Amino acid sequence: MICTSLTRAAKKILVQQFKSKYFSVTCSRTTSSFTYVPDTASPEHGETTRMNLFQSVTSALDISLANDPSAVIFGEDVAFGGVFRCTVGLKDKYGNERVFNSPLSEQGIVAFGIGLAAAGSTAIAEIQFADYIFPAFDQIRNEAAMFRFRSGNLFDVGKLTIRSPCGAVGHGALYHSQMVEAFFAHMPGIKVVIPRGPIEAKGLLLSCIRDDNPCIFFEPKILYRAAIEEVPTGDYSIPLSEAEVLIEARHLIVRKLCLYFQSVSKTGKVVIAHEAPLTMGFSAEMAAVIQNECFLNLEAPIQRVCGYDTPFSCVHEPFFLPDKWRCFEAVKKLVSF
Amino acid sequence: MSLIRPLAFLFRTRNLHKRHQSLLYRYIHNSEVSYSSTHKVSSTSFEDKPEFPGSRSQYVHKLEFLHPEILQGIPVYRVMNRNGKIIESDQDPQLTKDTVLKMYKDMTLLNTMDRVLYESQRQGRISFYMTNYGEEGTHIGSASALDPRDLIFGQYREAGVLMWRGFTLDQFMNQCYGNHLDFGKGRQMPVHYGSKKLNFVTISSPLATQMPQAAGAAYAFKVQKKGLCVVCYFGEGAASEGDAHAAFNFAAVLDCPIIFFCRNNGYAISTPTKDQYKGDGIAARGPGYGMITVRVDGNDVFAVHNATKHARDICVSQNRPVLIEAMTYRIGHHSTSDDSSVYRSVDEVSYWDKQDNPITRLRHYMENQGYWDDEMEKEWKVESRKMVMKAFAAAEPRKKPNPEYLFTDVYDKVPPHLQEQLKEMKKHVQQYKEHYPLEQHEKMS
Repeated sequence: MICTSLTRAAKKILVQQFKSKYFSVTCSRTTSSFTYVPDTASPEHGETTRMNLFQSVTSALDISLANDPSAVIFGEDVAFGGVFRCTVGLKDKYGNERVFNSPLSEQGIVAFGIGLAAAGSTAIAEIQFADYIFPAFDQIRNEAAMFRFRSGNLFDVGKLTIRSPCGAVGHGALYHSQMVEAFFAHMPGIKVVIPRGPIEAKGLLLSCIRDDNPCIFFEPKILYRAAIEEVPTGDYSIPLSEAEVLIEARHLIVRKLCLYFQSVSKTGKVVIAHEAPLTMGFSAEMAAVIQNECFLNLEAPIQRVCGYDTPFSCVHEPFFLPDKWRCFEAVKKLVSF
Repeated sequence: MSLIRPLAFLFRTRNLHKRHQSLLYRYIHNSEVSYSSTHKVSSTSFEDKPEFPGSRSQYVHKLEFLHPEILQGIPVYRVMNRNGKIIESDQDPQLTKDTVLKMYKDMTLLNTMDRVLYESQRQGRISFYMTNYGEEGTHIGSASALDPRDLIFGQYREAGVLMWRGFTLDQFMNQCYGNHLDFGKGRQMPVHYGSKKLNFVTISSPLATQMPQAAGAAYAFKVQKKGLCVVCYFGEGAASEGDAHAAFNFAAVLDCPIIFFCRNNGYAISTPTKDQYKGDGIAARGPGYGMITVRVDGNDVFAVHNATKHARDICVSQNRPVLIEAMTYRIGHHSTSDDSSVYRSVDEVSYWDKQDNPITRLRHYMENQGYWDDEMEKEWKVESRKMVMKAFAAAEPRKKPNPEYLFTDVYDKVPPHLQEQLKEMKKHVQQYKEHYPLEQHEKMS
């Protein structure tokens, strides 16, 4: 179950397409292929402060450790603050029994988290890069995802959350760039969540940690420092399994369950974009479902703008990514269909 | 009484070249260095100590590899001989007569249940089964030494642990039949037992996955200051999985109160241990991870009991993992899908069944003590068989669970897309009801 819109980032880009001020022809490929537009927090979530995405993750983790004495954070290099600074200060604040380094073994990390959760602790495990989650694939797929089902609900690992940086970063090549959500979207029993900015990251991560199901939370690492906005300092959560529409009218935010279908029924045309390779990417599932639900409303073939079916190459990144120009081309195709 | 002896015994050497001996000694103790009288060492050799962060040892100035062949195998701890006679009286656990009787009755009841369920699979009445023949002593010996609140993670050949804790014959049968009384709601293959009440985490098929999970659970126990430990059972074949390595290392590094209990029964399906590992079994790996380790005679229920009891004390008082390797022999086939005569001789199996069997050995002990005789044996055989057959007959006709349970417990709540699929299934089955075994199941809503 993919809980947040994988297309949000792409939609954001699309929205930007229509704003001529972002429609620049200068080509600066060395940094990133997008411009982050800060979001605005809901006023009901209280006081805010300027945070980037890694800081908002730290804030969510801090709140979790403070409110839940059973919560522990562990993974490779998390004790000194993490290679992306997401756990800075937490060990000093909560002690090394609650924030600790693990040996370098992804299957061990996830399994250890499963055990903690099965024994009643809130386990927040970190996999250093999503690219390195595959050694733990068996533990996630055959164990975490099925723990409740196979035991008839005698045991569960609902208190497990796995956090992991994901996505292109400009120069990450094969093993520091991957988007791997589709592998996990095919696993009944797991929730997969991906935020698009600091406000969402904190609210969704808190929801994952508190959700009574094992969750994988993928953090787009390109946004760790690049995405900065006013984030509520207090405790708040953003519900899982709900999509969000970003429309030209900037402050209008709507959340509904069947949002895709409503949106497609209205527009009749769809572009789905993700960084992960095209074939069997999550867009295939979305396209199939939309086609099934909105057949009579569709006015053009669903467009999928994705990474190519190749490994992620270092110097070829600008040509691999489904950037705004490729998305723009897909939109043009739809408009003129 | 010290059952867990210093690790030095590991490295007791036989006809070993003196230089090797001193190298080994240094390797083990890595502080005080002893030299053989014939071996001259340059005066500067230990003036500076290695400062590498990755080890704690001394320099040497001759190239010498550490050859595993020169190490004598870790000895097998034993309390009673094959005739049920206690060898060293100070090692006698001095269990009460009632405890010994329960041990024996649980081992033989498990054996009787195994025979009935094995046969029932042969007749196609249950889909699959795995017996525990020859390994009953490892189950009962260890289970009897634990606190019933200690959490168990098993592999699949540890039904005796559940039996010791009070899992009933009905509950075993219900699981194997996947009927509506099965705690697992009929979702898993037979012998994948679990019990929340008895602190026995539900079995799953993927091997060794439970091992690092058990370490995590033990860490949770430590943080929660429960004063309990976690026990993780696994076979010597499963110990080859990457998860076993992760488990040993995590447990040691993170100071987890866990007993790793290896059932080394000589085979992983058809694979003999010589194709499984080259070292001295599983126990020899323990010190490599910094784990306190012992090897026991798995057919000696008292040896297993003593070792487990002591290991538990270490876990709980020191927050350290302990590795126990119980040497035994898988007398039965791997499972009902296996014919072991294809890869091992009948004579070999018969030797262990007749000459070195945990049940027989305990019976000898009981007879020596005057706790048991032929008459009692005869009566118990009849009675236990009756009990098993009664549970068996009751479980067989019970309805299978409601088909709707296919969709529950995937998540804590049934999410909308699964509610949709459930609705679809019900509608479809209604339409084509003559093609589905609805009469075998509880009624759908």
